[in-house]
Amino acid sequence: MLRLHYNLEKLSMGLVVGIIVAASIGGAVEIAPLFTIDQTVEIPDDMRPLTPLELAGREVFIREGCYACHSQMVRHLADEIDRYGPYSLASESAWDHPMLWGSKRTGPDLARLGGKYSDAWHVAHLIDPRAVVPTSIMPAYPWLERSLDASDIGAQMGTLARLGVPYDDARLANAAADALAQSSPDSDGAAGVAERYGDNVAIRAFDGDPSRLTEMDALVAYLQSLGTQTRLPYAIMSEEQP
Amino acid sequence: MIRSLTIAERQTGLFIAIILSVIGLTMAAAARQGPMAVHGTMALILGLFLAIALAGALDKPSPRADREQNYYDEPTRFGIVMTLIWAVIAMGVGVWVAALLYWPEATPPWPATSFGRLRPFHTTGVIFGFGGNALIATSFHVLQRTSRARLADSVSPWVVLIGFNLFCVWAVTGYLMGSTQSKEYAEAEWYADLWLVVIWVVYFALYMRTLARRKEPHIYVANWYYLAFILVVAMLHIVNNLALPVSFAGTKSFTIWAGVQDAMVQWWYGHNAVAFFLTAGFLGMLYYFLPVRSGRPIWSYRLSIVSFWGIVFFYIWVGSHHLHYTALPYWVQTLGMTFSVMLLVPSWASAGNAIATLNGAWHKVRDDATLRFMFVAAVFYGLSTFEGSFLAIRPVNSLSHYTDWTVGHVHSGTLGWVAMIVFGAIYTLVPQLSGREDMAWPRAVEWHFWLAVAGTFIYVVAMWNAGITQGLMWRTYDANGALSYSFLQSVQAMAPYYLLRAIGGVLFLSGAILCALNTRATLKGVRFGVGTADRPLVSQPAE
Repeated sequence: MLRLHYNLEKLSMGLVVGIIVAASIGGAVEIAPLFTIDQTVEIPDDMRPLTPLELAGREVFIREGCYACHSQMVRHLADEIDRYGPYSLASESAWDHPMLWGSKRTGPDLARLGGKYSDAWHVAHLIDPRAVVPTSIMPAYPWLERSLDASDIGAQMGTLARLGVPYDDARLANAAADALAQSSPDSDGAAGVAERYGDNVAIRAFDGDPSRLTEMDALVAYLQSLGTQTRLPYAIMSEEQP
Repeated sequence: MIRSLTIAERQTGLFIAIILSVIGLTMAAAARQGPMAVHGTMALILGLFLAIALAGALDKPSPRADREQNYYDEPTRFGIVMTLIWAVIAMGVGVWVAALLYWPEATPPWPATSFGRLRPFHTTGVIFGFGGNALIATSFHVLQRTSRARLADSVSPWVVLIGFNLFCVWAVTGYLMGSTQSKEYAEAEWYADLWLVVIWVVYFALYMRTLARRKEPHIYVANWYYLAFILVVAMLHIVNNLALPVSFAGTKSFTIWAGVQDAMVQWWYGHNAVAFFLTAGFLGMLYYFLPVRSGRPIWSYRLSIVSFWGIVFFYIWVGSHHLHYTALPYWVQTLGMTFSVMLLVPSWASAGNAIATLNGAWHKVRDDATLRFMFVAAVFYGLSTFEGSFLAIRPVNSLSHYTDWTVGHVHSGTLGWVAMIVFGAIYTLVPQLSGREDMAWPRAVEWHFWLAVAGTFIYVVAMWNAGITQGLMWRTYDANGALSYSFLQSVQAMAPYYLLRAIGGVLFLSGAILCALNTRATLKGVRFGVGTADRPLVSQPAE
């Protein structure tokens, strides 16, 4: 063996090939089989993709680096289930490009955040966290009250559709209009949002002002959607703990 | 730098600078606004600056005729300077964001300086800016010395270094403007990623061409590690960053991976960035500079073979230990855990080999702060690889994951191992590059050593306490079967540790600033580009 290596050291291409082979095996064994998951893990029947407004909110969430301090992955450990809610399923993030499971909880996990707090709480908390939670160490995000640039949402959804997210032609065609309508419940378009994305979509003036579409509307809509795209995790929990 | 190039090389450089300007102009014109336009303008300005400098030097005298008989050390010097600039900036940002966790009211009301945007600035700036420049700079030095050959050409080292730094600047300024892929340690957007691939191909080609010119029959161990670093980082970077841009005229893209597959690809990348960026390359540095500085040959040649192939083969499997108890299939988690534990063998073989090399040179370790940097680096390498294997065990991970213990573990590796070996290499290299016996301020090296050790120690101990406290508070139940602590109580409990961590960071940063000033003083007054600083090629074989 030593002799073999003694000779290998004289061949730069030999080392290159050796390194590539040795470093490829592990990845191939662990990653390749995961692509058969598409066939073995079913997407729940009631699963819906994010609405245009929620998707825009997700972009704000990513832009501000929220994922650095907030995970979106409840592990199947008793204390996490008690603290946050049902453990996260693979199917819940199946349409997330990229996933936002996170790696650090400087703040709490957000996978089950939807519906836990009111819109007004979120707005006040994002503008000045310590006005609502005096000992919070979260930074303030006062600039979120500026207008949302919704011009790119349709193109973004089109790209996601090419990657397999179920945005059909009707959803793509109405992207910008749906973003506006979701935060103005009294508008004509509001019914269209519910028709295209289902009844468990929140259609509200998230920042309290239906006349203006802001980044705050988008981010709060996204935060309120977390964990609500399917009811399956809750159904599984109630089966496991009758 | 230009004076060391021949007229033909200056023309080649001019051509490349014009191409860079055209790329920049195209990006800026296509995007019109947003981060991509800003980045295009940056490339345009850099390209024009280089083009003007090179065009103006076309009629200047050629370098001296015996240039080919010397090593080419100017790129190394430039790389070292960039290493220290990035160290001061990115560690400074690290201290600042650490302070914000203790004192969040200090956040200025502007989007660009928010914690969430500065945090990837810190990680990218330190890993790629500081670590990457140090790796490239030392790899050029080590490659030439161990091959007894000059770099294969004189233009591509500059393409690699300048191009790589452009990538780093694009990445960190992108985050400040809100452009990020959100994949940890791979946040830069698609066009920056493509640019890095081009630079990396040039780097690899330069490395292989120089190896082909070597006058030693054997390729020295340090080069195996640098090669593994170059090759596997390319593989990881390309696969993890595969993305579909929304428009080729815009910054935004979506990764082609989703959900559980994305999580696995991301942590396959994330942990092997640790393995092949932050370990393999720096082991290459250790395997060269430790024997040189201590005047002792590597203790065991066989052990270095075993540990090299062990590290290359085992590391790739372990990424899934970042995903214990998640929606990732259980068998993948178990594989990741198993290989993480096995990885301890080659890791400790490397650390042990390094420490055993110092046998017979312990008096030098006592007297020479530079060698002590390398010794401490090897010790911390051993400690943090043990800790890594331990944290990868599933039940331990249930406590440590998501807490500051992970942050402490990472910093015991990056401060204690990576930065210490870099400082050891810098203090060995810079006097050589300046043609001096020693650094300009030898006492400052001693000060730097103790600042670095104290800073690392305070940082790591604070984060251990923080992480274990968090992990325990989150899982404690009271007698009635209810959770004992709210999440907020665990946040409040962190305050003293976050303060201590910031203090540790300040100490470490002070040491790095001292190193930068010392290096500046040492390099000052040395005339580069006229060949005086280039060392002649060594003619006799090593053994």
